[in-house]
Amino acid sequence: MSRIQSVLDALKASGRKALIPFITAGDPQPDVTVSAMHALVAGGADIIELGVPFSDPMADGPVIQRASERALAKGMTLTKVLAMVAEFRKSDDKTPIVLMGYANPVEAMGYETFATAARAAGVDGLLTVDLPPEEAEPCANILKAHGIDLIFLLAPTTTEARVAHVARLASGYVYYVSLKGVTGAANLDTASVAEKLAMLRQHIALPIGVGFGIRDAETARQVARIGDAVVIGSRLVQEFEAGAAGLNDRLTAFLTGVRQAMDQA
Amino acid sequence: MNDKANYNLPDEQGHFGIFGGIYVAETLIPALDELRVEFEKALADPEFMAEYRHELKHYVGRPSPIYHAKRWSEELGGAQIYLKREDLNHTGAHKVNNTIGQALLARRMGKKRVIAETGAGQHGVASATVAARYGMECVVYMGAEDVARQAPNVFRIKLLGATVVPVESGSKTLKDAMNEAMRDWVTNIDSTYYIIGTAAGPHPYPKLVREFQKIIGEECKTQIVEMIGRQPDAVIACVGGGSNAIGMFYPYIEVEGVRIIGVEAGGDGVETGRHAAPLTSNAKPGVLHGQRSFLMQDENGLIVETHSISAGLDYPGVGPEHSYLKDIGRAEYVAINDDEALAAFHDLCKYEGIIPALESSHALAQAAKMAKTMNKDEVLLVCLSGRGDKDIPTVAKMKGIQL
Repeated sequence: MSRIQSVLDALKASGRKALIPFITAGDPQPDVTVSAMHALVAGGADIIELGVPFSDPMADGPVIQRASERALAKGMTLTKVLAMVAEFRKSDDKTPIVLMGYANPVEAMGYETFATAARAAGVDGLLTVDLPPEEAEPCANILKAHGIDLIFLLAPTTTEARVAHVARLASGYVYYVSLKGVTGAANLDTASVAEKLAMLRQHIALPIGVGFGIRDAETARQVARIGDAVVIGSRLVQEFEAGAAGLNDRLTAFLTGVRQAMDQA
Repeated sequence: MNDKANYNLPDEQGHFGIFGGIYVAETLIPALDELRVEFEKALADPEFMAEYRHELKHYVGRPSPIYHAKRWSEELGGAQIYLKREDLNHTGAHKVNNTIGQALLARRMGKKRVIAETGAGQHGVASATVAARYGMECVVYMGAEDVARQAPNVFRIKLLGATVVPVESGSKTLKDAMNEAMRDWVTNIDSTYYIIGTAAGPHPYPKLVREFQKIIGEECKTQIVEMIGRQPDAVIACVGGGSNAIGMFYPYIEVEGVRIIGVEAGGDGVETGRHAAPLTSNAKPGVLHGQRSFLMQDENGLIVETHSISAGLDYPGVGPEHSYLKDIGRAEYVAINDDEALAAFHDLCKYEGIIPALESSHALAQAAKMAKTMNKDEVLLVCLSGRGDKDIPTVAKMKGIQL
């Protein structure tokens, strides 16, 4: 059983929801990332989405755009992100790591080379924003052969007919984008999310994470009531933007508050 | 190889061989599906096409003439150069052929707001123009660097009632404008139609833009025969994303004996790395802006910054159909450097009394280069995609002149 599945199964058995923080690898400098990942786990992270910075982050709002620019300025690459995961794995063999980013760095490395290297480093899943099911099959097949989950996005605009297509290719969990917009927008409508999730669940057996627009303990608590996992990105990345001083303590403290709110949901 | 009678691309998923496709975030897919369906319906709707052609005739001023650049050809001493005068269109470039088509499509789909990205500003002007014409709100995204070097067009866009948003991220050029337009679209997907200006982007845009630009080549096919009694030996057009080029080339794919030559921006020279020529520099295929195509990138798959004197060609990728035409060998792609383009710019002013756009000057420079090696009875047909009024400040600055 994959790390992602065993973590999500265990949470489900105990009636809890997964907390999935997102941070950008190498932001604001490479040497903070691995220790920040451990700080996230200390704060209650169940799975970590580790952003692979890209030069043209079309689906991201200003906060994550700036994070990518900071990381790229320090020379971050997909190869270096994999090395960070391997480093993290030396002291944490349990927390699943999902790489999140855009298709081209993975394309440039080659799916087969990526899958082999990612597996060796201890990566559990891949989420590429611009690789929809229409184009994902070659990548999905190779990742599957290497035991890596391909995580798909679903959106408020996703039609019922498309959900089945995603369900055929997806593994691990699916990520529901809670709003029409880029990352970090702030107009989450919990009622409409709940309505959409009900439709999605008719077609998808996998756990459904909800992200985009979750920025504090209260919205996390609301989302935890309806989704299987809560993804928090831009709000955490703001902590990195505030500088490296005391970063790990701030990350742990913020997530601890979110975790408590979710568990009281 | 030359049996192109059965050329019928893209396929239903928008692929030209391994190129093209639909590489976008999930939120956009249903909108692209809707666009594809409406576009195919519109193409098959005689009323829609009649209105499109009526607008091209009465609003744009089509057909644009072909002009024999006789003095310049004589000066060069070789092949005869003929110019397809897209610079004479309303708004001064080929871009309006496409924006008329897409604005009519937007209206048909009930969208009241249009957005566009622009490099040189020509597509921004053409979008603002049709938005005014059809009473739509228009927002134009433009890289901050391009806002600075294309000031006349920025003001034109504003005069036409549209909003210009300078994009400060990344390299502050066309690709970043496109990123920002995509972010707007994903946020305002219900109300907004995205008018992509080049034959690139996710399916169905490369096909859609081609269908609205192929009027260029179709007119050429009959006009040139009326003038010289045959088809030209080669058709030549500049390629950034490649919309004027695909409009010129597409009707000629099936015509045997006509060479098809796309001219990329060589910047300081392809060998220097400071250029915008993914095809000529043999860039690897990659995924950006919704499509797979040849793409300028580093070994880590990050998009590299490009350089060209012409903002409209300053783009690291290229429309997928050009990648395909290169791959199958039907079209040839070459690069012209900044200084060569500038020389052709001045030549056309001097010998023909025409101020060409710096983008089009790349195609002109290639024609000049080839003409010198050819016989006087051979013919090169060049797409003069736009007029150069917008480039006057850039050229003046290069000559050290303060306007």
